[in-house]
Amino acid sequence: MDALTDLTLLEAAAQLRAGQVSSRELTEACLERVAAVDPRLDAFLAVTPELARASADAADERLAAWRRDPDVRLHPLAGLPLAIKDVLCVRGTSTTAGSRILEGFQAPYTATAVQRLLDAGVVVLGKTNCDEFAMGSSTENSGFRPTHNPWDTSRVPGGSSGGSAAAVAARLAFGALGTDTGGSIRQPASFCGLAGLKTSYGRVSRYGLIAFGSSLDTIGPLARTVADAALIFSAIAGHDPLDSTSMPLPVPPVMLEGAQVKGLRVGVPKEYFIPGMQAEVETAVRAAIAALAGLGANVVEISLPHTEYALPVYYLVAPAEASANLARFDGVRYGLRAASGGPAGDGAPGEGALSSLWDQYEATRGAGFGPEVKRRIMLGTYALSAGYYDAYYGQAQKVRTLVKRDFDQAFEQVDVIACPVAPTTAFALGAKTDDPLAMYLEDVFTLPPSLAGICGLSVPCGFDARGLPIGLQLLGPAFGEDRVLRAGHVYQQATDWHTRRPPL
Amino acid sequence: MALTLEEVDHIASLARLRLTPDEKARFREQLSSILDYMAMLRRLDTSAIEPTATVLPLRTILRPDVVTPSLPAAELLALAPAAEAQMFRVPPVLD
Repeated sequence: MDALTDLTLLEAAAQLRAGQVSSRELTEACLERVAAVDPRLDAFLAVTPELARASADAADERLAAWRRDPDVRLHPLAGLPLAIKDVLCVRGTSTTAGSRILEGFQAPYTATAVQRLLDAGVVVLGKTNCDEFAMGSSTENSGFRPTHNPWDTSRVPGGSSGGSAAAVAARLAFGALGTDTGGSIRQPASFCGLAGLKTSYGRVSRYGLIAFGSSLDTIGPLARTVADAALIFSAIAGHDPLDSTSMPLPVPPVMLEGAQVKGLRVGVPKEYFIPGMQAEVETAVRAAIAALAGLGANVVEISLPHTEYALPVYYLVAPAEASANLARFDGVRYGLRAASGGPAGDGAPGEGALSSLWDQYEATRGAGFGPEVKRRIMLGTYALSAGYYDAYYGQAQKVRTLVKRDFDQAFEQVDVIACPVAPTTAFALGAKTDDPLAMYLEDVFTLPPSLAGICGLSVPCGFDARGLPIGLQLLGPAFGEDRVLRAGHVYQQATDWHTRRPPL
Repeated sequence: MALTLEEVDHIASLARLRLTPDEKARFREQLSSILDYMAMLRRLDTSAIEPTATVLPLRTILRPDVVTPSLPAAELLALAPAAEAQMFRVPPVLD
């Protein structure tokens, strides 16, 4: 008999409602599996068993009340254990953004996206590992330790939401929240064989998300199936007055039942099949696109001519925004303050004392940030500095307009765009850490949609000869999540890649 | 576009980052090659293109001028490395 943790989110939800299992049982099953398996993966930075059990018990009470009186409101996610990426503040939990500069920080408030899940009755199991401040494509930039891919623990799970991806793929949680600024949900979903949804910019409130790139950051689900991801998406999406960049637009309900792709116009961008990409990735993605055609979709080749410029644009805009967002980590109000030798730790004269506030800033940030974060802060600072602003940041913003325009024009001709998620499958730990630019090139297919602010779904579409998952990326116009979720769901009903499990 | 060590020092100072000599040398090299790559953006004629600062049509968002509860000061001060009398304690600002 399969373990409880082998159930999909929807299957577990059905069993909860039928009274076949309790939220407490699901939660204990996850906590046990975390204790048994996570030492090999390091998916979690902090497990929150007390919080989880309290939520589970409250959910069980609500489920019991609902069974007595079906008029009691019960959210479909009530009682389900999920994991939360550690860039999201959750009151009463350690919240580090994967950085030593926030080691020990206990968030005093909860991010809206998480609060909506808690209000629905979700059980938060813990906070997952990530690249520091979400900067990275492998989770190797975590200030604490790397996370391992459940499909092959000598390999990376992808990043920056690697902990969330590993947790869900290894069945430690029924789903997770991640964030995607340049690909950080889609790429780990692809590397770990999951459904991962990058929501449209402005679709999910960023209140309580530790900011990296404020014009790019999005929050979204990682789950074992598209249907599971759709359920989590529906719970977190929608306007929030606490986030002035959240779009005051209603969220259309996602109707997966009866979804089909007959007549769906699918654009395949020729710029997304490049020399140097892993042949098996190209083969699997093209086969998936052919499968969509077989199901009735109209596949056409399109061109997104500014694709190659997306990488330099992103690696100027995102670090520039990050250099501003990370200025707040200065040892004053929270987090690490670099130690001084003075008696009161306040700069009073003494051996090794911080002589000034400036000294404190430099020492704290020098000690607390890892190399990739420092590199990006430096890059961003340079791009914004006097004399260089127009040539670098200014020019990048203009080219961003061109990248976005490519997509606006494409979506006049097609309904969704289908392409690879990453040029490779999961690479070995340490394989790309010596060459920052080589690591950045992992993002070539995920960056352009991020710059345009549109939505994108990663769906498993095959495995390479080593048994490593390959993802198909389905892109939709801004606020068109229902479109890509439906297409992804149809694909999953015709294939079984998503049912395969890692050997753990 | 090779950065000089002086430029690296200047950027680190703007960013309030203390770097070791090792880090400075490594970042000088890495940032120089990354910036070289960025030069490809100059190939494009953007003279008639407006910059995109945000992809959304939203601009100034207002809310009613009503007092709403804030996080309690005591809780926030408890998170600080050093606090005293409702203030964050820091080393001297001026020498």
